[in-house]
Amino acid sequence: MDFSFLTDPRYDFLGAFWMTIQLSFWSALGAFVLGVVLAAMRVSPVPLMRGFGTAYVNIVRNIPLTVIIIVMSQVIAGTLGLRLAVREPGVNPQGFLDSQNFRLAVLGFILYTATFVCEAVRSGINTVPPGQAEAARAIGLRFTQVLGIVILPQAIRAVIAPLGSVLIALIKNTTVASAIGVFEAAALMNLYIENEADKFPATFLAIAVGFVIITLPIGLLFGAWAKKVGVKR
Amino acid sequence: MIEMRDVQKHFGALHVLKDINLSIPAGQVTIVLGPSGSGKSTLCRTINRLEPIDSGTIAVDGTVLPAEGKELAQLRADVGMVFQSFNLFAHKSILDNVTLGPIKVRRMNKAEAEKLGMSLLERVGIASQKDKLPAQLSGGQQQRVAIARALAMRPKVMLFDEPTSALDPEMVNEVLDVMTSLAREGMTMLVVTHEMGFARRAGDRVLFMADGEIVEDAPPEQFFTDPKSARAKDFLSKILTH
Ligand SMILES: Nc1ncnc2c1ncn2[C@@H]1O[C@H](COP(=O)(O)OP(=O)(O)O)[C@@H](O)[C@H]1O
Ligand SMILES: [Mg+2]
Repeated sequence: MDFSFLTDPRYDFLGAFWMTIQLSFWSALGAFVLGVVLAAMRVSPVPLMRGFGTAYVNIVRNIPLTVIIIVMSQVIAGTLGLRLAVREPGVNPQGFLDSQNFRLAVLGFILYTATFVCEAVRSGINTVPPGQAEAARAIGLRFTQVLGIVILPQAIRAVIAPLGSVLIALIKNTTVASAIGVFEAAALMNLYIENEADKFPATFLAIAVGFVIITLPIGLLFGAWAKKVGVKR
Repeated sequence: MIEMRDVQKHFGALHVLKDINLSIPAGQVTIVLGPSGSGKSTLCRTINRLEPIDSGTIAVDGTVLPAEGKELAQLRADVGMVFQSFNLFAHKSILDNVTLGPIKVRRMNKAEAEKLGMSLLERVGIASQKDKLPAQLSGGQQQRVAIARALAMRPKVMLFDEPTSALDPEMVNEVLDVMTSLAREGMTMLVVTHEMGFARRAGDRVLFMADGEIVEDAPPEQFFTDPKSARAKDFLSKILTH
């Protein structure tokens, strides 16, 4: 197979995967935080919060990701005019568009992936014996402290491995960002398909292997991490 | 120290606490006895509102417990609770288990909390295990840590809900010894237990519960030698024969 396209200056193979990694990193960070907040809402004693958490998760996780990303770009940024980057007059708008689209994509991934983080964390909460919360309440901790200091740390440790799967799914899902002009690995693949149609098996293999190189260690790492921090009872 | 007035509690259709009136003066050690399902745990749990009540009032040291919220959390801190299943925070070290409340609830600084924590662990004989996790300790050791954790809040009252029932027999005494010394020092205690030796040795008063009611209220010697009600006689005959 001819892999010469990997060093062809017209294609920035490493740059495209670097974009995939950046999308994944910021989305994972945001999705973790929002997911934990949603999980906290879903076990909150306040009915309004519980209702919001439940409704959010059940609506958002059932919308195809492509739809969410396109809505971010067309509706949220286009029609409603949300600006996530500064557009300077007189300057080539490409820089603005790149930042804007990147951030819109990250926001879309966060909103979507958080629902899966929430459900993983919630199943983790179910593994924490009720006595833990009782003991925490009995020493005078408030609800937010009970959750933040006693329940969530144990719940999250119990679901490190499933969270690893959520992260792997997220990394592969970032390919959807090419739909709104973010030049990541899938966008590069499309370019290969257009320009290097004759090298199809090689280009395909290069992209696939690129993803496996990123995701395989994550699976192994999270598996080992889960064993290390798992709470013994 | 504890005043319960006309307290009623239902679980659905089940009437678990029937018109409880109870006054426990400071320094008294009250033993709660009764068959399984008679409402002993529920009684304990209502005193620091882990379980809400339907009606009536419960006051601790003159302050009536509010329904929920910040003030309740503060008042709970004054009531120490020791559970049958220890309930040590599984992800925290032994020392952290003891210092968590003083730091987060009493706003004590870390150094001071650790000094207090170590002195309490010393007292219950677990100081050398301070860096271990709860799962690495035996049941008896875990329960002693749980007592230290409750004491770290400098509680006005200590509630014990069958603190030795989940322990292997050889570990029961190490926990009872700690409780006996607490009783000697004048701690106000409410203890649900079937340990008759402890009840006689450390108890000032026995409450016998059946079907959600306090059926007898007597000094230990009198209760054990001369129970008044048929249900108490029946209960004693069952637990004293083995
Ligand atoms: N959370 C609960 N929900 C419903 N019923 C309960 C609950 N907790 C206890 N009960 C019932 O209330 C009664 C009293 O229970 P409990 O106070 O635990 O008794 P004891 O500690 O004396 O064995 C029992 O019949 C028990 O089944
Ligand atoms: Mg009980």
